[in-house]
Amino acid sequence: MEQTIYDVSQVNEFVKSLLDGVPALQDIYVRGELSNYKIYPSGHHYFTLKDTGGALRCVMFRGQASRLRFRPENGMKVIAQGRITVFPRDGAYQLYCNSLSPEGVGDLALAFEQLKQKLYAEGLFDPAHKKPLPAYPERIAVVTSSAGAAVHDMIRILGRRYPLAKVVLLPVRVQGAEAPPEIVGAIRYANRWKVGDVLITGRGGGSMEDLWAFNDERVARAIYESEIPVISAVGHEPDVTIADFVADARASTPSNAAEIAVPDQAELLRWLHGAGERMEQAETKRLKALRERVETLSSRRVMRDQLAYVQDKRMLLTHLQQRLGDLENHTLSLRRQKFSALAASLDAMSPLKVLGRGYAMVQKEDGALVRSWRDAPSGTPVTVVLGEGGLSCTVDRAFADSGNKRRRTSHERTEEKDL
Amino acid sequence: MSAQKKKTFEEQIARLEEIVSLLEAGDAQLADSLTLFEEGTKLIASCSKELDQAEQKVVKLMKGPDGAPVELPFDSEG
Repeated sequence: MEQTIYDVSQVNEFVKSLLDGVPALQDIYVRGELSNYKIYPSGHHYFTLKDTGGALRCVMFRGQASRLRFRPENGMKVIAQGRITVFPRDGAYQLYCNSLSPEGVGDLALAFEQLKQKLYAEGLFDPAHKKPLPAYPERIAVVTSSAGAAVHDMIRILGRRYPLAKVVLLPVRVQGAEAPPEIVGAIRYANRWKVGDVLITGRGGGSMEDLWAFNDERVARAIYESEIPVISAVGHEPDVTIADFVADARASTPSNAAEIAVPDQAELLRWLHGAGERMEQAETKRLKALRERVETLSSRRVMRDQLAYVQDKRMLLTHLQQRLGDLENHTLSLRRQKFSALAASLDAMSPLKVLGRGYAMVQKEDGALVRSWRDAPSGTPVTVVLGEGGLSCTVDRAFADSGNKRRRTSHERTEEKDL
Repeated sequence: MSAQKKKTFEEQIARLEEIVSLLEAGDAQLADSLTLFEEGTKLIASCSKELDQAEQKVVKLMKGPDGAPVELPFDSEG
């Protein structure tokens, strides 16, 4: 059989594929001592991990290196986490380091990372599970130590910001072996008795060991299961615990938790004041708009039309009155004319005119006209009306024959009368 | 203290928010808007008063013999 001859790069690729196929090498924790630590201008860190039996070349790229929480120094015992693979250019395998922690806390860091991975995979950090915090909590449950500065800081800030809320302290130990079960018990108890609208759990700053209770899996699960929204408030700003990942809100410090938990009453009072102003503005604007509308309507339509209507009717009425007046005048003058005509004809027929021609009219005392000799027997006082003036007389003799009246005798008259 | 009232502080604030936006939207009837305005003014007064008069209560919770919580005074100045 002829020997197969490989190129260098083929060998390197072959070995690389072999290493890349081993799952344990893809996420590995390695304990060792730092040596040859170099930071390149590119920002990548290069170093070697040593122990008494050997050395392992490592690289940590800029992105991961920027998250280091300590300054690595040669000789320092560390735990590095990362992936082992071949760097084909040098034909050497090395550790591509994701995170680095000082030994000592190294075991804790390892446990922390492993628990974090596990709980993350289970979905305990799922943002969808996180509950909103109540805007105006009435009761705030605080699960922490009743000793220490943290609780007093929280109470002071809660009291300053929002004294409306009642602070319900559930005292627990926050470090030592008893701490996790006590914290878990308090969170569950708070939920069972609904002692708060929001729950703050945490403690003041300390070493990683001091904070360890908040990296406990039982505590993480109790926070996850809490129906009351939980704010985690552990240590100082850079400290990150499992409780922070699983809580509904993470505060950098206990004081910060108090700020997150409640609104600021000063701001609230300003808002209330602003609400009053906004209401007044809205109302003023609205009333002004309505008033303008009413004015527009009254001046342009309703009122003016009504006035015009009345004015129209008044003019019509005046017109009619005038016509009626004219009509009356007209009728009156017609009547007057007719009256004049009548008066004229009446005048023509007036007995006075006849009297003027020499005739006389005889009236008895009662004013009755004497038309016949029989109306005025002798002795009757009569008035004779002439064309000018008149005569008061007494009938001397009455006779029937007006033509021969002077020759008539009373006898004859009597006879005639008897006929 | 707010637990004794019909509405919690949060409900009052929520109602006030509603009133202000209703008034700002300007589609309430005149009579309604005046009623709303009056209600809003009362809410502002009562909320402000509650805030002004609030004195924070701090209690320490202990489990009673029957398991129910028992409130104990807690000296927050310590």
